[in-house]
Amino acid sequence: MQVYLPIAEISVNAFLLLGLGGIVGVLSGMFGVGGGFLITPLLFFVGIPPAVAVATSANQIVASSVSGLFAHLKRKTVDLRMGGILQLGGLCGAAVGVALFNWLKQLGQVDLLVNLCYVVFLGAIGMLMFVESLNAIRRAGKVTVGKPRRKQRGWVQTWPLKMRFRTSGLYISIIPPILVGFSVGILSAVMGVGGGFIMVPAMIYILHMPTKVVIGTSLFQIIFVAAFTTFLHAVTFHTVDIALALFLLIGGVIGAQFGTRIGARMKAEQLRILLALLVLAVCGKLAFDLVAPPNDIYSIADLN
Amino acid sequence: MRARALLAALVLALLPATLATAQDEEVVLGLSQNRVAINANFDGSEILIFGAVKRDAVPILPALDVIVTVAGPNEPLKVMRKERRAGIWVNTDQVTIRQAPSFYAVSTTQPLSQILTQTEDLRHRISIPRAIRSITSGDDVLDEDNFVNALIRLREQQGTYLMQEKAVRLDEQTLFNTRVALPSNLTEGVYRVDVYLLREGRVITSYETALRVGKVGLEQWLYALAHEQALAYALLAIFIAVISGWAASEVFRLIRNQ
Repeated sequence: MQVYLPIAEISVNAFLLLGLGGIVGVLSGMFGVGGGFLITPLLFFVGIPPAVAVATSANQIVASSVSGLFAHLKRKTVDLRMGGILQLGGLCGAAVGVALFNWLKQLGQVDLLVNLCYVVFLGAIGMLMFVESLNAIRRAGKVTVGKPRRKQRGWVQTWPLKMRFRTSGLYISIIPPILVGFSVGILSAVMGVGGGFIMVPAMIYILHMPTKVVIGTSLFQIIFVAAFTTFLHAVTFHTVDIALALFLLIGGVIGAQFGTRIGARMKAEQLRILLALLVLAVCGKLAFDLVAPPNDIYSIADLN
Repeated sequence: MRARALLAALVLALLPATLATAQDEEVVLGLSQNRVAINANFDGSEILIFGAVKRDAVPILPALDVIVTVAGPNEPLKVMRKERRAGIWVNTDQVTIRQAPSFYAVSTTQPLSQILTQTEDLRHRISIPRAIRSITSGDDVLDEDNFVNALIRLREQQGTYLMQEKAVRLDEQTLFNTRVALPSNLTEGVYRVDVYLLREGRVITSYETALRVGKVGLEQWLYALAHEQALAYALLAIFIAVISGWAASEVFRLIRNQ
């Protein structure tokens, strides 16, 4: 069934859009990533203009994150207090990031820089998570009880402004979460993504939150970032396609429900290793695109 | 087909009345639709362009040829070229084209090079490369032609530039018709349909008419809302997303509790 999208100005198969939304929704519910880094390239591939793809995927991420968040709220795996603090840092970071992005744009070659940024970050994060979770799985295979306690807590414990995060089982200074939120805010503004795939590992490895809580909390904070992105794109560039978003989010919200159920049945280190593989796969694809000879060395772009 | 028969009858009726006056030839043209409406089910469209040559005398030799062009609204764009720098493919050169038709179809009775001379093509801007205008580039780009050819090649792959030689059917030097397929990714606006009559490589007369392409119904309403009431549209988009996310979660909870 072909459907004409009024803003993208192209006719696309509706079932294809439902399917794409569904796949990204499952991943979103499982890992707590928005999936923007996945759905945007998929939409390009379908033939949606890049500007519309970026803006509309933000809109669909709002929907699948809300869907996933409600499922996590019922399981009590959302640390609202931690989410709020990360958000605060994230907003400041995003403001700095937008300024940085405009500065880079004036220098030219911003696309290339964004792509390189992606490859470096995805590669580094993916590798770290992969190695760590592989070790965790090996350990779990040998010793059945008593995971080794984390040792890197020491110096962070001495920082001021301590706060209790009951859901995460932490009593730490609020400075590290703010710094994490701030850095992810900068990166997501520059790279044009919600930042879930950076935020999730940061919460696990820097803040030492339990993996199951991380996913719900990440979804909570992505909702605001994605809603704000949708708003800005719709008001300034008029590139949000509600019709396109509708098909994607019907698939997305359903997928997210299945995703949270799959996630709840899996062990934390299994989830981490799968996310690591996903991140590495996207990284590999991007790196390949940069290095491999393109299909056509010429391309057409709008004049702006 | 019925329209064509009707026109034939019309032309035949006109012929005897004006017999044996000056040898002027004129185009009488019809389109299967004057308006292409883009609705939610729009998946491209095909228009039939048909007409007749109205003339005062019996057709004279040499034979007549017909070219029909359909041109979408012009738009500015840039064509970029990648080059390998330090192992990575980077956009290095670019050419700016201020006026390129968003859609362009040329249909002819015979291969274009046989029925149209270079000078006439330059004057009337009929062939695809001639329809692309105002090409500018930096000092470092020496081969603008390659960029224009790349634009044509890419658009031909998309189906937005069409070169249909021998696609115009001409009967009895008088009645002609052709079909042009409009793709689903049409730009809105007024499309220009031109018909050229040619003899010995020269254009002897031409006729121009317009075809309107526009969104209707819900598509039109959403597009207008997005551009004119951007704030309301943005809030609506977010509202729909939040509500459907919540609804899906509730529905699944109900299913599970049963």
